[in-house]
Amino acid sequence: MTECVECGADVALHDDLEVGEIVDCTTCGAELEVVDTEPPVLERAPELEEDWGE
Amino acid sequence: MNVGLLYSRIRKDEKLLLSELRERGHDVEKIDVRKQRFNLANAPEAFADLDIVVDRCLATSRSLYATQFCEAYGVPVVNSHETAEICSDKVKNSLALEAAGVPTPNTDVAFTTEAALESIEDFGYPCVLKPVIGSWGRLMAKIDSRDAAEAILEHKATLGHYEHKVFYVQEFVEKPGRDIRVLAVDGEPIAAMARSSDHWLTNAAKGAETEPFELDARAEELVQQASDAVGGGLLGVDLMEAGDDYTIHEVNHTVEFKALDGAVETDVAGTVVDWLERKAAEAETVEVTA
Repeated sequence: MTECVECGADVALHDDLEVGEIVDCTTCGAELEVVDTEPPVLERAPELEEDWGE
Repeated sequence: MNVGLLYSRIRKDEKLLLSELRERGHDVEKIDVRKQRFNLANAPEAFADLDIVVDRCLATSRSLYATQFCEAYGVPVVNSHETAEICSDKVKNSLALEAAGVPTPNTDVAFTTEAALESIEDFGYPCVLKPVIGSWGRLMAKIDSRDAAEAILEHKATLGHYEHKVFYVQEFVEKPGRDIRVLAVDGEPIAAMARSSDHWLTNAAKGAETEPFELDARAEELVQQASDAVGGGLLGVDLMEAGDDYTIHEVNHTVEFKALDGAVETDVAGTVVDWLERKAAEAETVEVTA
């Protein structure tokens, strides 16, 4: 469990968390990027860019 | 083996790969491309001692440059820069398929709104206007009338990045409410799924329903040809059923497979890692022989 940087609510995290993964804050809906796992640190995820995709 | 994974976002696809690689005891170097500085002559530290690099960049621009740097540093990379170059651009993708004799929707490319409108009128309504760079079905337009065509072209010309002033106009293919995504390694299918939707766009990213699809011999043949046409690699080949044949509208080079993994019984990540192990072994053989 860690805190959403956007709204301050608690964010539940998986055990197999990876740096670079995106998690959603279920309270405010913000997309958060995992920038560290030990301990978990979240930042606001970058906005979608036009050339993203597969 | 020592595997580098280029990324800027870890999606479920990358998690599946990472998990499979680690379970098999491979060393994985996650390389966040946002933190790298690519020198012309000297590879970043993260690239030292890698047997193979897997490009999973989310951004096309980064994928193109990062794969080119890998090759300049002599580090084997999948997919290759050549494959990325062709697949990332719908014009190059279509040209490669056409040159290889692979059935692909009829397409015009025009550089002005006037010329694009002529192409649209020639194709008739509906037809399709697509951005040359882009994914997940974004900014695709099915054009049903001349009024719509004029409005969309004006918007693209006025508001768009210069790439939106390259007008990629395509015939509308009447497909049976679904298209087919095949995940393949060097042309050999791993698994396939049908993506169905009431919407004309059937991308999984647009919420299409997915189910396993059994490929027939013709589809397998076309997947192999399409893969060869773009330089091979780990690819997502998109087919539509058109009459009694198929048409291939595009080949994707940093293919997402989480939807496929959920739709089929095949161990998708495991089969991809089997292939990566073979590629790394091949690269080592080449190095030793050279």
